[in-house]
Amino acid sequence: MIATLTRARRTVEAELIAYKRTWRGTVISSFVNPVFFLSAMGLGLGSLVDRGQGNLSVSYLTFVATGLMAAIGMQAGAGDGAHPVMAGIKWRKEFHAVITTPMNPGDIVVGRAVWGTIRLTFIMVVFTIIAGLFGAFDVGTALMAIPPAVLTGIAFQTSMTAFTATREDSTSLTTIFRFAITPLFLFSGTFFPIANLPQAFQWIAYATPLFHGVELVRKIALPGIVPPDVTTLPIWVHFAYLGVMLAVGITLAARFLDRRLRP
Amino acid sequence: MTENLVEARGLTKTFGSFTAVDSIDFDIRKGEAFGFLGPNGAGKTSTMRMITTVSPITDGKLTVFGMDPTTEGRDIRRRIGVVPQEDNLDLELTVAENLYVYGRYHDMPRATIRERIDELLEFAQLTDRRKNTVESLSGGMKRRLTIARALINDPDLVILDEPTTGLDPQARHLLWERLYRLKRQGVTLIITTHYMDEAEQLCDRLVVMDQGKIAAEGSPSELINRYSTREVLELRFAEGEQDEAVLRLDGLADSSEVLADRVLLYTNDAESTQRGLHERGVHPEQVLVRRSTLEDVFLKLTGRRLID
Ligand SMILES: Nc1ncnc2c1ncn2[C@@H]1O[C@H](COP(=O)(O)OP(=O)(O)OP(=O)(O)O)[C@@H](O)[C@H]1O
Ligand SMILES: [Mg+2]
Repeated sequence: MIATLTRARRTVEAELIAYKRTWRGTVISSFVNPVFFLSAMGLGLGSLVDRGQGNLSVSYLTFVATGLMAAIGMQAGAGDGAHPVMAGIKWRKEFHAVITTPMNPGDIVVGRAVWGTIRLTFIMVVFTIIAGLFGAFDVGTALMAIPPAVLTGIAFQTSMTAFTATREDSTSLTTIFRFAITPLFLFSGTFFPIANLPQAFQWIAYATPLFHGVELVRKIALPGIVPPDVTTLPIWVHFAYLGVMLAVGITLAARFLDRRLRP
Repeated sequence: MTENLVEARGLTKTFGSFTAVDSIDFDIRKGEAFGFLGPNGAGKTSTMRMITTVSPITDGKLTVFGMDPTTEGRDIRRRIGVVPQEDNLDLELTVAENLYVYGRYHDMPRATIRERIDELLEFAQLTDRRKNTVESLSGGMKRRLTIARALINDPDLVILDEPTTGLDPQARHLLWERLYRLKRQGVTLIITTHYMDEAEQLCDRLVVMDQGKIAAEGSPSELINRYSTREVLELRFAEGEQDEAVLRLDGLADSSEVLADRVLLYTNDAESTQRGLHERGVHPEQVLVRRSTLEDVFLKLTGRRLID
């Protein structure tokens, strides 16, 4: 366990060295994206929703801001597990070099998950503060929802890594973003309570991961929120779902990456 | 008794139904430079990858430093340096950062790595490039950096898969000189190549591989003595005259090889063979007398040339 974490640290160190060069771009986007999203969806769309027949127990801005924490986690995590992994395997091939040191493919998976956790935490802290400035929620309480949002992201990152390791090229990565990540983004309760969906679709939503991330973030960040804005499922169900997804993701990612790098 | 760093018995690698390495045996002794010579697809890289523990063996037995690659991969990799056939440096990092990151992967303390980087940049003649990104280096510089990276952990065994392919003659000679230096320091080298001159220059012993099998084994001079003659006459004929001339060469030399563009006559006495040509009225456009090389050994063993 200690040895695994020490080796994970090596990956983090390597990522940090590369990050020194590229951080400016990513920092700007992690400030600018929340501002865009919160102004357009929270304030713009929200003014319509709050004026209309909507019967949300919180303002639409609050509702969307909490949903976005999980959704942004998913997008960043899935992104981390897609093209950068294909690059390590196939384009820049740096994974092939790393595994000639004492590192194993599994160490790369764990190391990238740790690095992703650090990066996502940073993104979430920035998002929470900006959303707080918009007046979306009490920042102190919302900070407690960062771990679930990051957990959502890392569960997606490791699962996507497992998928990428089995793919020959990046066309199927584009496909999965188009036909899995984007629908999840739209239909997992980020922008409207899933109680508004027909019953059958609600059951589908229960089965998908982002729904659990969104619910978890809302239930922790907004202690006053009540059904039907959230479901009556207990918090531990969401944690269990995401925890199992993370464990399966890491296990499969390590196995598939091993197969791919060590034929 | 000399210690074997690598021992292979019946070592086999298959990909699906295709056998890339077909039950080969070899021992690599401590301190020697051991070569794998063979044409494209002979199974050299597949063998290297099994030794470096990044490809599971299909069958047979393999030990590296007396350890089992299947279960003790990490401990084996701590003590080896790997120069892969294709460069896989981190293009986004600088020259020095590439070395630094690898030192960390090998669990070396930061201060030790920094000292080692200075030495290695000197060794690879890249000191004035230390802050450049890898992307800006020439092919030869990248290759030298890859070798420097393989040495960061002060390995006992360095595995080089075609270290000089794609380099110009000057860059190749510089690399050879660096490899000699390593050998003098007592590092064991495993080198694959399809350049016979490289194998002759660098290797104490080598195996000739072809289609997954070992066709011959020995030192370069042993192999030449065993499979070839001392000298070779290369005859080139005018357009269309080769076929007719070949008929009149029978029995003139110990043996001969007819290639598309020339005829090779293997002999221990080039002068008398040349006289024989005159007596039989064979008049090639060009006659070249040279020493036998490993290329001739390979030709003799397989009937094919190393590089087509
Ligand atoms: N991962 C793989 N899957 C399927 N076949 C493979 C794989 N790796 C190698 N091979 C096949 O195994 C054979 C031996 O390949 P190998 O790379 O070991 O040859 P080599 O001697 O290194 O050749 P070269 O001089 O071209 O580098 C080739 O026919 C190759 O196509
Ligand atoms: Mg090869």
